[in-house]
Amino acid sequence: MTFPPPTGKLTIRPLSASEQHFDSVWLSPTRRRADRELLILMSAERVSYTLDSTLETVNSAEETASRMATEAGFDDEEIMKISMAVREAAVNAVLHGNAYDPSKKVTLAFERNDSDLVIVIRDQGKGLDASRIPDPLAPENLMKTSGRGIFLIRSFMDVVEIHPSQTGTELIMIKHVHGNAADSKEAPQ
Amino acid sequence: MSMKSSTRQVDGVTIVDLSGRITLGEGSVVLRDTVRDLLSKGQKKILLNLGDVNYIDSSGIGELVSAFTTAKNQGGELKLLNLTKKVHDLLQITKLYTVFDVKEDEAVAVKSFTK
Repeated sequence: MTFPPPTGKLTIRPLSASEQHFDSVWLSPTRRRADRELLILMSAERVSYTLDSTLETVNSAEETASRMATEAGFDDEEIMKISMAVREAAVNAVLHGNAYDPSKKVTLAFERNDSDLVIVIRDQGKGLDASRIPDPLAPENLMKTSGRGIFLIRSFMDVVEIHPSQTGTELIMIKHVHGNAADSKEAPQ
Repeated sequence: MSMKSSTRQVDGVTIVDLSGRITLGEGSVVLRDTVRDLLSKGQKKILLNLGDVNYIDSSGIGELVSAFTTAKNQGGELKLLNLTKKVHDLLQITKLYTVFDVKEDEAVAVKSFTK
């Protein structure tokens, strides 16, 4: 799956007739300010947002993920896991990736197909080296006050891929629509 | 929904009734400030009632750990009461459930503090 790279703010254009149906499904009239920054409508099954590096983005990403997961038919517990994974990913992108830098953006994309809900979040930070994140379950790390975000994401999603680069980190999270714990796996880094 | 906090005293134990979300931003800050304020006033037996906390993220988990450690380092005790299933499950998968002293009954919890 390929999403276009972050391009900064684009002009918001009126929705076409086909997109209006999509909009009624995914973007309620009560959508938040960050949601209104919808930049790219790619297809009826895929949507991408470009968001500021703010705490509001974290909350908005979580709410949007919850809405997407609900629409995809997941049960309440799975919806909570998906929305929490996206929240943690957004926290990483906003805080650790972009470090609240107002010139840097976070892109958040959702794609739904018959078997999966695929969520991609990108930042414009220095690139996250996941291999250097200490194991939060190790006895020496258990009482640390941070460092559990990626662990929770991996716990809650079926597939997690982390692609760091010099221009930022791309985090891909997949939840199988009819998934179960036995399907869980970690993609190679 | 942001987090709300109120305190009450029962037999020398300060019970902090929390409700809402303990997440990055407001919820974590409220928890941190509440616990620090209690410790600074010498109220070192703290029971966090999480019965109405319906959501907690990794930042909130970190804040619970910080509160526990801070209280302990100041000669105090901090225990947890009435975990919701979500919070219970989160503490289980992060292996923190056995680190915290978790209680299900308020009266039993109050009596469990060192006299």
